[in-house]
Amino acid sequence: MSTEPTVDLLYNEVEDELRLPLRALLADRCPAVALLARIESDEPYDTGLWRALGAELGVTGLSVPEEYGGAGAGWRETAVVLEELGRAVAPVPYLGSSVLVTAALMAADETRVLPEVAAGRRAAALAVPFSTSPGLPFPDAVRLSGSALSGTVTSVADALPARVLLVPATGAAGPGLYLVDLAAAGDTVTVTPRRSLDLTRPLADLTLRSAPAVPVALGNEAIRVLEVALTTGAALLASEQLGVAEWCLTTTVGYVRERHQFGRPVGSFQAVKHRLADLYGLVSQARAVARNAVAALDAGSPHTALEASLAQAFVSEAVVETAEAALQLHGGIGFTWEHPVHLYLKRAKSGALALGTADRHRSALALLVDLPPAA
Amino acid sequence: MASAQPARGTRTDKRTDRTWTADRLRSAVHDVVTAHDPATTDPVEFLGALFDAGLAWVHFPPGHGGLSAPRALQSVVDDELTAAGAPPRAPGLHTIGLGMAAPVLLAFGDEAQKKRFLRPLFTRREVWCQLFSEPGAGSDLAALATRAERDEATGDWVVNGQKVWTSVAHEAHWGLLVARTGPELPKHQGLSYFLVDMRAPGVEVRPLRQATGEAEFNEVFLTDVRIPDTHRVGAVGDGWKVASGTLMNERVAIGAGAMPREGGLAGGLARLWRERPELRTSGLHSSVVRAWVDAEALRLTAERLRQQLAAGQPGPEGSAAKIAFAGLNQRMSGLALDLLGEEGLGYDDWTFRRPEPDDDFSTRSFGFFYLRTKGNSIEGGTTEILRNVIAERVLGLPPEPRSDKTIPWKDLPR
Ligand SMILES: Cc1cc2nc3c(=O)[nH]c(=O)nc-3n(C[C@H](O)[C@H](O)[C@H](O)COP(=O)(O)OP(=O)(O)OC[C@H]3O[C@@H](n4cnc5c(N)ncnc54)[C@H](O)[C@@H]3O)c2cc1C
Repeated sequence: MSTEPTVDLLYNEVEDELRLPLRALLADRCPAVALLARIESDEPYDTGLWRALGAELGVTGLSVPEEYGGAGAGWRETAVVLEELGRAVAPVPYLGSSVLVTAALMAADETRVLPEVAAGRRAAALAVPFSTSPGLPFPDAVRLSGSALSGTVTSVADALPARVLLVPATGAAGPGLYLVDLAAAGDTVTVTPRRSLDLTRPLADLTLRSAPAVPVALGNEAIRVLEVALTTGAALLASEQLGVAEWCLTTTVGYVRERHQFGRPVGSFQAVKHRLADLYGLVSQARAVARNAVAALDAGSPHTALEASLAQAFVSEAVVETAEAALQLHGGIGFTWEHPVHLYLKRAKSGALALGTADRHRSALALLVDLPPAA
Repeated sequence: MASAQPARGTRTDKRTDRTWTADRLRSAVHDVVTAHDPATTDPVEFLGALFDAGLAWVHFPPGHGGLSAPRALQSVVDDELTAAGAPPRAPGLHTIGLGMAAPVLLAFGDEAQKKRFLRPLFTRREVWCQLFSEPGAGSDLAALATRAERDEATGDWVVNGQKVWTSVAHEAHWGLLVARTGPELPKHQGLSYFLVDMRAPGVEVRPLRQATGEAEFNEVFLTDVRIPDTHRVGAVGDGWKVASGTLMNERVAIGAGAMPREGGLAGGLARLWRERPELRTSGLHSSVVRAWVDAEALRLTAERLRQQLAAGQPGPEGSAAKIAFAGLNQRMSGLALDLLGEEGLGYDDWTFRRPEPDDDFSTRSFGFFYLRTKGNSIEGGTTEILRNVIAERVLGLPPEPRSDKTIPWKDLPR
């Protein structure tokens, strides 16, 4: 293996400055009680918060050039937003709209809807099952005939608040990526909510019946663009997962310092301390790995797929381990519906299944770094 | 050198000189390698020239191997040196000197000590060892019993006691020593820190054979060893503070060494997998790929730590990298033996020998590494102790209840 050039794994000043107002907004707009109330309501997504992220903070199009309505920043900054959204398990379609679809639109030079998506005025969703891993064959759940799409796609993330869909479909001429404007599509598209493990990122099934569609990329180009979107998603998801893990660790440390049993804080028992020390190590490593993936992505490195798989192979397991320990160390209260730790566990586990499991990414990585499986 | 250095002894000594840029440092390196061709110059002389040019540790003050430049710029110097074919920074026996003695002298030493010790340390003329552990005081370092008593007539210190597990003491010219100067004080308060001449009368080094068969570490017996007061580091009674500084640096040195992708055991394991397809099984495949991923996670964490340290001093965060380093090395070397099967049943060399400065450990067998890495979770603070350090100092969890903090050391049960 060649030696990788040293990448900047720290946060720069711009990123630090971005984080503060965002964290304040999230603390204000989606505290745990509000989250718990929202998941029981008919409006699982927080559209008010989504508008604030777009209109007030302008972070929905961070990676998009200014001429297309974005902030002209990059994926490093986007990753910081994802960390904060993860820390708050914020119910907004950022990953679907500002990452997956935005990455695809930029890769395809598709600028017709990009400004609207970048500004957060129209949320968009990538019509693939959320578990889809980079490197899989192009999906064929949706078929093109004429200029209309038909088919069913299950378990799509961020489809509920979406106004635009980016749909991979196959037709007589091969694979293609198509835009479907839900306002124009009328009842040719049905979005059916699904009961999902992650309550703060609900899934939905999409059914298209001759839905009018506009091509964005065709043939090999469609394959490439979809791959870019999924790889970008996998790389950046690690930052969201890092935020989830950080919340779990910090909250648990805070709790065991306060909670007394046997006449002392439970956090003074070595069995508890050692478990938290190990989680601290795990989270520090997850941070380095997530930053590495983001740096590769931001620099347009030819190794982005490798670094993204590395990130998912490591961080997906680290976040689940941290969230599971957080619940355990909260004891009985941690197992209750009223305590938010379950929301984080649900986000952690479903995030670990999203965009390829750790195991799938390890398999992909094994080939990329020439560690082939046993014959 | 192209530009004037800040005058010695001025206030700039303490501060970072922001006028040092990457380009100016590159040209400083260029000047050294032009005047002393690394291909033909004796390494000691070459390193001496580097030191004199302030390129040993750019953040050290001028005159002590540095330029008071931002610490982050050291990597510019190192990259440039590598490109120029300079001898690699491969410390081996010099780990303690470079990784611990140098930063401790910088932080706590006086001018005369810095002047006397830093240059020969950097040029590898003088090897250092660390005389901390004792048979009765390992994890509980502050319990140590080696006594240093003042000779009122000369002002010297007279040291008596026994140290143990002292790595490379047999090669060392100097030792970092913690000894008890105030037995009537609580244990952390009665310690002082010294630099001991390992060739002084009364210092006896006996090899101690370890599980690998060789004798990397030693027992050191100290009998009426005289140490001049000028070789005391920090105030009398401040030994614990100085020692803690040493240990932080040690953990960072162990846990955050610069490594390329597939450096160290991860590379050895990956090559074994690639070159010996007949050994592969599907169960081991997943373990090998996991180990590769974990090695990357650790490499990036160490790199991130180094980038952070470039700005400041080591904090207890280095402990997490050290724990991970130890565990991963143990896992990888065990995995390699599983993979080797019958070959793993053998061993390369049980000779009772002492490591030499030019030993090439990369030629040793996985059996050797399997055994040697067992020491990684013990040396420089055990994994259990480091977990306590992280829990208490990083996460702020309540300390272990302790009964020994206020009692005079001499009254503690032993
Ligand atoms: C290869 C190697 C090289 C070394 N080189 C040097 C050297 O150069 N200089 C030097 O001074 N020393 C050196 N050491 C010594 C090393 O620092 C000590 O061995 C180490 O600090 C542990 O002390 P101990 O051996 O007395 O174990 P003990 O302290 O007796 O510990 C025994 C076990 O109890 C556990 N334990 C102890 N206290 C606690 C606690 N409070 N909570 C939980 N668990 C606890 C330990 O983790 C360990 O598992 C070296 C050791 C090795 C293996």
